[in-house]
Amino acid sequence: MVRPAGLFSSNAGVTAPGPYGGAWPSVGAGAVLLFLPAVLPDYYLYLMAGIFVAALLAVSLNFILGYGGLLQLSQATFYGAGGYAAALVLTRTGLPFWVVLPAGPLTAGVLALVTGWFCVRLRRLYFGMLTLALGQLVWALAGRWYAFTGGDNGISPIPLPGFLSSPRGGYYLALVVMLASLAVLYRLVRSPFGLTLQAIRDNPVRAAGVGIDVQKHQLTAFVVSGLFAGLAGVLHVVVAGSVDPSLLDWTKSAEVLIMLLLGGMATFIGPAVGAAILVLLSMVLGVYTGYWLLVLGLILVVLALFLPQGIVGFLEERLSEKNPADRAVR
Amino acid sequence: MHLTLLASQFLIGLSVGMTLFVVAAGLTLIFGVLRVINFAHGSLYMLGAFLAYSVASFLGPAGFWPAMLIAPLVVALVSLGIERGLLRFIYDREHLIQILVTYGLVLVFSDLVQIVWGTGFKSLAPPPGLAGYVTVWGAALPRYNLFLFAVGILVAVGLALFLYRTRMGKICRATATDREMVDVLGVRSSRVFAAVFVLGGWLAGLGGALVAPTVSITPGMDVTIIIEAFLVVVIGGLGNVWGALVSSLILGAGESLGVLFLPRLAVAWPFFIAAVILIIKPSGLLKSVW
Repeated sequence: MVRPAGLFSSNAGVTAPGPYGGAWPSVGAGAVLLFLPAVLPDYYLYLMAGIFVAALLAVSLNFILGYGGLLQLSQATFYGAGGYAAALVLTRTGLPFWVVLPAGPLTAGVLALVTGWFCVRLRRLYFGMLTLALGQLVWALAGRWYAFTGGDNGISPIPLPGFLSSPRGGYYLALVVMLASLAVLYRLVRSPFGLTLQAIRDNPVRAAGVGIDVQKHQLTAFVVSGLFAGLAGVLHVVVAGSVDPSLLDWTKSAEVLIMLLLGGMATFIGPAVGAAILVLLSMVLGVYTGYWLLVLGLILVVLALFLPQGIVGFLEERLSEKNPADRAVR
Repeated sequence: MHLTLLASQFLIGLSVGMTLFVVAAGLTLIFGVLRVINFAHGSLYMLGAFLAYSVASFLGPAGFWPAMLIAPLVVALVSLGIERGLLRFIYDREHLIQILVTYGLVLVFSDLVQIVWGTGFKSLAPPPGLAGYVTVWGAALPRYNLFLFAVGILVAVGLALFLYRTRMGKICRATATDREMVDVLGVRSSRVFAAVFVLGGWLAGLGGALVAPTVSITPGMDVTIIIEAFLVVVIGGLGNVWGALVSSLILGAGESLGVLFLPRLAVAWPFFIAAVILIIKPSGLLKSVW
């Protein structure tokens, strides 16, 4: 599969996607997901594909926020950039889909490189606010540049190749790309680069003291995170068939943050679980009430107060109380 | 002609900046003293606007002035509830948790406002004395914007008096600079925190009530103001009220001048200006109190 891994080839462990076994508690889960389309009706396939997209987006944010310790408040910017890039290439050019797939993450990655270059020089809250300002700038441009991005209306419909026009095709592509990306990200987290990144998160002063180029590592992590968010954006195009500025808005970024909190930031798979919970919750609650955001808000408050380590983090603590110091809840 | 247009646009921008200052001053005070990132500040602002609308339409033609008084007070009461009931439990948590808790409040308030007031647009007319235009530097300026400017200055002066002439203000500044020392000296910081949060909420409500006659009052005005207010707070220097004043005026004037040159990118201007300032001066225009 085409992977833009070459962009950051200086980091060990990136180029070879490893076995999934470590990232997933069991390969069985993957197998179940592979055979689900045989039994599930189309609507649920669509829903599942939406979960895969959200899961990849959430894990990509956790890479920079949970492992990198950088207060990225505008992850949706790169998600939307990837989506818009794919949508524009698909509608404006006749290029085959396999060219389109890397175009999204590449665009998002370049955008992340440019914005990240400015952001990593700032610390903590200032960093977060600059990501927010630049992100909203991109959002405002996408929402007003009618000739290029379609403005407020976005781009719809987006022509997709035949094998993706069915919910089943979208499901499989989203599943495969999500699993492969999670595997790469998992390897990255455990690679020397990922460990260095976590060292920087835990003590930037000391990391700089032992000779680590802090800003270079943070910028690389920022770009990697942006790349995968962009890939999630491409998957969104495949699953939903349209893009609009709400993909880039800060409220979308906040939604991804909620996924992280729901699942737990101190674990690798937590954000993906959080994404699944949020997508399902919005569906289930949306059926019963038009005011599901009210319920979500209350859940969020309660969770942040009483379960800040998230659901997966909580379960993990319960299951392995042997070495809690190994992963301090951030 | 061209110059007068520029001048009137500039003055209107400054007055818009002044209302932004009223809102952002509350936010930056809360930042500086409580060290809490309050996303719900925009919701309090929205609440202020809707309450002003309700009070004014309930009281009829003469309802504008009572609305300016009552709406911010009600919002202050709501703030007290939020601080005592929720925020005081997360003062020592990390930024992200604070962001998420207050974002939860944003979601709750946005639905509550829709339940109470519906999803439609609401509008509030300025009082008869403030309708119409005056001429400044040969440029026509809505009288109401002049009023906004005056209120902004009043708020700035009031805040200066509060911060530098009262005991509570002194404690606030001390807390912003060195919290531990204030605790050690035996100040009951819990009360100070509550008071500052209520003051901040009151300012948000006042800001909302003030802009009510100049904008269409809708659910959703919370998410637009909060980002702008945050930008003001950060580019002004966290917790620095005067920084907030300067950056509000820059954003307000810059935005409304930018509209003249690139009208279609109007919404993008504040973010552009903020990004440029943060890139040039990463720690904000004035000194952060942190």
